[in-house]
This record gives sequence, structure tokens and C-alpha cells, in this order.
Amino acid sequence: MTSKPILQVIDGDSAGYFTLVGWFALFVLAGLGAAWYMEHNGHFVTGMSNQIVWGTPHVFAVFLIVAASGALNVASMASVFNKSAYKPLAPLSALLALALLAGGLAVLVLDLGRPDRLIVAMTTYNFKSIFAWNIYLYTGFFFIVGVYLWLMMERRMVRYSKPAGLFAFIWRLALTTGTGSIFGFLVARQAYDAAIMAPLFIVMSFSFGLAIFLLVLMASYHWTGRPLGDYVLRRLGKLLGVFAAAVLYFTTVQHLTNLYASEHHGVEGFILAGGSVYTALFWVGQVIIGGIIPLAILFHPVTAGSRSWIGLASALVIIGGLAQVYVIIIGGQAFPLLLFPGMEESSSFFDGQVATYAPSLPEVMLGVSGVALALILVAVAIKILPFLPQTLDDASIDPHFKAEPAEADASDEEEEDAAGVGETAEATPGT
Amino acid sequence: MKHGRIIGFLLVLLGLLLAAPMPVLAGDVPLPHPVKAVKGSQCVEPVDTMRREHMNFLKHQRDDTLRGGIRGAKHSLRQCIDCHAIPDPKGASKDRTVGPFCTSCHEYAAVSIDCFQCHTAKAEDGGKQSSRWRHKAGGENLLSELRTHLQGSTKEARP
Amino acid sequence: MNRLTDATRRKLLKGAAALSTLALAPGVMLVRPAVARETGKPATSNVRWGLLIDTAKCDAGCDTCVTACRTENGWTGHDRPQTDPQWIRKVTVTDKRSGAALSLPVMCQHCAEPPCVDVCPTGASMKRADGIVLVDKHICIGCRYCMMACPFKARSFVHEDVTDQKPHAPRGKGTVESCTFCVHRVDDGRMPACVEACTEKAGRGAMIFGDLNDPNSDIAKAVSKHVTTRIRADLGLDQGVMYRGF
Repeated sequence: MTSKPILQVIDGDSAGYFTLVGWFALFVLAGLGAAWYMEHNGHFVTGMSNQIVWGTPHVFAVFLIVAASGALNVASMASVFNKSAYKPLAPLSALLALALLAGGLAVLVLDLGRPDRLIVAMTTYNFKSIFAWNIYLYTGFFFIVGVYLWLMMERRMVRYSKPAGLFAFIWRLALTTGTGSIFGFLVARQAYDAAIMAPLFIVMSFSFGLAIFLLVLMASYHWTGRPLGDYVLRRLGKLLGVFAAAVLYFTTVQHLTNLYASEHHGVEGFILAGGSVYTALFWVGQVIIGGIIPLAILFHPVTAGSRSWIGLASALVIIGGLAQVYVIIIGGQAFPLLLFPGMEESSSFFDGQVATYAPSLPEVMLGVSGVALALILVAVAIKILPFLPQTLDDASIDPHFKAEPAEADASDEEEEDAAGVGETAEATPGT
Repeated sequence: MKHGRIIGFLLVLLGLLLAAPMPVLAGDVPLPHPVKAVKGSQCVEPVDTMRREHMNFLKHQRDDTLRGGIRGAKHSLRQCIDCHAIPDPKGASKDRTVGPFCTSCHEYAAVSIDCFQCHTAKAEDGGKQSSRWRHKAGGENLLSELRTHLQGSTKEARP
Repeated sequence: MNRLTDATRRKLLKGAAALSTLALAPGVMLVRPAVARETGKPATSNVRWGLLIDTAKCDAGCDTCVTACRTENGWTGHDRPQTDPQWIRKVTVTDKRSGAALSLPVMCQHCAEPPCVDVCPTGASMKRADGIVLVDKHICIGCRYCMMACPFKARSFVHEDVTDQKPHAPRGKGTVESCTFCVHRVDDGRMPACVEACTEKAGRGAMIFGDLNDPNSDIAKAVSKHVTTRIRADLGLDQGVMYRGF
């Protein structure tokens, strides 16, 4: 039996901590400034136009929202799939999920043409709109994961954390289905309008969320000087490899299906072979940097066990993920709408032309501020409440520590739930 | 020590909050006196009712008109503008504008409105006869329109 | 108060229409799609407004309808073609193989099943009972999902401040807008500005506007005589705007 890791707040009084939080705050402020600039002048100061109506802010927002539900992976594995090794990490996983969603939604809201009317969006609903469903899915996610987090961290309630974890798991699948369907339901555009968008977004969320979780985990343990064993990292690294492969698989199916229909040859040719920035982002960004290289790293015997290689692979998955969302959102809009299939179109409104788009500085600042907001929330939260286990060294996590650390995969699934986080969460904010 | 600082901060904050409305209590900010309507002698509702309820009337009718297609009801923003717009106080343009009428109270009450981000605040003068929607009751209005046509009169018909 | 029965009032309305036609200067024909809807009465689904465009009568060099719309609704730009709004535009459609081309105006197609209305989270994008698709700018939050969803690129986002709006066509920064079928004119018993201009200014008569539900209307007669088609008819959106000749 492993010893029970204790959750403990970080000290958070070092110069390094305040520098880090200071930088995040600066980026958040810059994002707010950018949003004010865009709203004050109107969106013409951005790269967005009547052709590319959703731009870089939406790339960041969708990426963060998708990653948010994926960040819950680790908690789900602990609560839903009884992987006891992850139980000490479940609260951090849920916290990161909430923080990423907050960051993504902040960007989305600040890019609205009328952000001052947020109250309208929260009170007036058209229930046929997938967007309106998503508002419920997002607020519901905050509520459910919040309750789940509380159940995990409150010793007297911990026995209820398993059903809550299951509910949160189902909800996050619904949430990513909703996010993918924002595009899947768009009958008008050649690049979207496909049922595969929903499952594609789900595997994307698994992959992006886990990659961010790994980096946050490594960084916080490195900076706080807490022991972090290879066991957890190697297992999560392997899992990331599986998810990255799944993203490649779903992407392949997405494009193969489209390539079979001559109706979609135009848009597929544009993305896959058009020679535009989207072609480069797809092949180099998504497939090679975000897919093949991480897979090679995570499954090659030399690199698979190394934490710096796992860290690199996680960073590459994130870069590839941003490239993928960029290609989906902006590449999908850049290809012109086909009003008259089979005919050539031209007009003063750019009919029949590939739309031009270059991200503007305010857009990038707004998007990056969403990432900064998510990270500052995590940094502050782990100082106030005990989210991080005191130690994650192999002896305290790996149930077969004395045996072979890296291959102890199967037998720990039957571990009893009661040995989980609740009892480990003894540390109170005061410690 | 730490607590002392927090209490001190709260006291300063409380002081600021109390001080903020002081000028009003002291009568430094005069009560607004919105300009009298340029046209017409009688508003569509009693003045007291309008002061209290105009936003509800306008909101109700905006939905009726835009979403339901009901035209010619009496709580019309265009009708407000038609009567209450005054010559531009800055003299920048010849058009009458309803801006000063609205802002005189809205600034005092610190209630910001976004009506005129989309709607024009200017009255529809400039010679063109405005649409029949300005009138209260369609039947009477049409009769007078008819009468106007028959008489060949260019004078604006009023019910 | 002098209350008229509906029947008499309608007679009066028709009389007023006839009289106003007479009263106008010779040579100018006042086109009316129908009588104005009565004051205080909502739009109903008894009426379905439609527009038929005969591409054979439409010329590539003519953009009278576009100019008329711009003047009527005041959507002037800032010389920034990427972000300036266009409620109506002339599109040239060319057969890739033969080079045969035609020109036609494209605006909001006023679908019976509008995707923009389906996707709008707040219900700002809406269809009136008589089939006119509008944006309720009072509750539009500027998310632009409708622009993603519209197959016709009919909508524009207002990218900068607007001043001097037309009283009947409010428009403002941060909201989405599109052709309204000149709803203020239609409710008043007049033709949309583009249709009027096509007939009266351009002298082409390429556009017929009217009530598709009224078998005696010009548009219903034309639609029953000639085969018409719709842009992206495969999507099954049942647009109110129809075309002949492509």
C-alpha cells in the first residue's frame, strides 16, 4: 500500500512566485486593454472582417475551452476509472479545468461586438441555438466541477465524489460535443457541416488538456521544489501519446471522408494542398509538430521515460493544437462560400475569393490574456487552497514501487475508492 | 497589526463612499430641468407617468414593432424625437437633436442609455413629410391624409 | 374617437393609394406591393413576402438596386472594403468551361428556414410572421455566429461607429445587419427601394416583389408561370428570394 500524499498549499512567498504572477497579471491587463481598444474603435482595427468573422481570439477561446474539458482527464481517471495513482492529482485537474474554461470564456466574451450586453446573453435564449446550449454547458461545467472539487476536498463529503466525478465526466463530454457542434452544425460552409466535428473535438480536448496539465504539473513541482516521481509523468506521457494518435486518426477520417466527395474537393484542396498558410499550418504545425514528433518522443524507448522529453512533447502538442484550431476556424472561413457550386463567382464583396487574414496585435494580446488568466487563477488558487500533493515521488504514488515502476499499469485499477483524495486532503488552508 | 491595516483601509473606503454623494446632498448639482418640447403641447402620457415609465413604454413598443411588425402605436421613439429634439446647442448642425433632452436627466441619474448608438437622435425635418407612423390613430390619420390629398394642401395634417 | 370598420378602412387605404398615384407628377409610377398594413396590427403569416429576380433582365453594368439600397438605408462605408457592410451586392457568375456569365443581385434571401435564426444564441436574429428575416439589434451581442451560418454571405458586421443613421434604419457598431426587405416601406405599403429603383430608375423591371400567398399578386403569377430557382436550393431553406435564368 502506498503512503497517502498530503495536499498542501504552496508557500507562494518567493520572489519567483510574485514575478510569475506579476507577468500573468501584466498579460491579463494587456488583454483587457486590447479588448477595450477593439470595442472602442470597432472591430475594423483587428484582422477580422466580413469575410473572416471569427479570428485569433476565437482560436484561443476555442482552444482553451476544449483544453478545459480535457484538463479534467486526470480527475476522471481517478474518480470514474478508479486509477488510484491519479487521486492525489484530481483536485489540481479539476482546478485547471475551471481555470482554462474561465480563460477561454473571458476571451470569447471580450471579443463580442457588444460585450456590455453579456447580461442579454445570459437571460435571453434561443433554444434552437447550439450557442445557447453551450452557455448552459459552460455554466453547468463551472457548477458541477466546482461541486465535484468541493466533494473531493471536504473530508466528510468525499464518499460522494465518485458519482460527482462520473457526472462531471459525462458533462465534459457533452460540453466538448457542444463546442465541436458549433462547427458541425454549420450547413453553409464546406469546411464544417460534419458530425465528426464533435468526436474530433473530444479527442482534441483529451490531448490538449492533458498536455497543459502535464506542463502545469511539472512547472509547479519544479518551482516549489516538491518531489515529482517519474512514475506519474511516464504514465501520463504514454496517455498523451495515445490521445495525440487519436487526434491524428480523427483528422485523417475527417479529411478522407471529405476527399471522397467531389463536392468537397475545393476546400480539401485548399487546406491540404493549396500552398497557403493553412496548408503549412496543417502539415507542419498540426501533423508534424503536434502529432508525429510528440508520438515519436512519447513512444521511443529512449525519450519516453525522460521528463524533459515529455515536457517537450506536451509543448509540441499544445503548439500543434493551436495550429489545428487555427486551420479549422480561420482556414475554414478563408475558403469562400459556394453560392453557385461549379461556377466562378466574383463581386465587390469578395465572393469566390480566398479571404485574406492576418492576426492583429490586439487580437493576439486578447487571446494570450486568456491563457494568462487561466494560469494566474491556478497560481493563486494553489496558494490559497491545498490543491497540490506535498509529494508525488514514486514511493508515495506507485503502488508497485519496489517492483518495476514504469510497467505497473493494469493491476491498480481495482484499488478501493476510499483510499482516495478525501483522506489525503487533510491539510487545511492554514497549513 | 495586519488587522489594523485592513480596518484602516475599510475606514478610508467607507469615508470615500460616504463622501461621494455629498455634493448632491449639499445641493451642488442642480436638479435637471429638461427643455420643453418644441412641438406639440401634450405628451402621449401624463408627464409624471412618462418620467417614471418611458423606458418601459419604449421597450415594450420596440419589441412590438420590430418583432411583431405593429406600426403606429403611440409610444414611439421617433415621436419622442419629433417633439423633444431642439436645435443643436453647439450650433454644429442645423438639425434638431433630442440629445440634450435625454442627457439632462440621464446624466443626473447616472443612467447610461445606448438608444442613440443605433438610432439617430436627429429629428426628421428637412422638408420631407414623415411617415404616417407618427400619428396616434390610423383611421383618423388616413382620413386626414385623404383630406390633404383632396384639398391639394401641403400643410401637414394633424389628427 | 372615430373608429372605422376594417372593411371601410381598407377601402380608404386603397383609395389613398390610388389618389397618391394620381397626385404624383406624370411619368412617375408609384408601385405598391399591397396595401399598407393597418395601424396597430401585427404582421401575420397570411402574407409571405417574396422577391423574384429575372437574371435575363439584369445587366452586369447596372448596380442601381445597390445604390438605391445604400441611399435608402444609409449603409455607407469608410473605403475599407474588407470591413464595410454590404446589404446587397451584384455577383457575377461565370461558367468555368464555357465562359458564359450572368449578373445578379444577392442580398438576404429571407429563408423560411433561416440558419441565422437557428444559430443565434439570444434570438436577436429573427423571422417575422410574414417571412422577413431581421436582426433585433436591441439584443444582438455581436457574436457573428449568424454570419458563420448564412450560406449567402448576406450579413455584415458593423465594424465601426455609425452616425447619421436613417430614422427608419437604425444601425450601430458591434451588431450584425443585413437586408430588411425595406420592412419600413413594406409595412407602409410601398416597394423595397431596390425593386422600385430597378423599375423606375433603371427601367429594367428585373425584380418583382409581393405576397407569395396572394394568388393575384404579380409575383405569385410570375412564379406559377415560370420555373424559378433559389441559390443553394440543395440546402432546402425555402428562401423568399427567387431567381429566373440560372
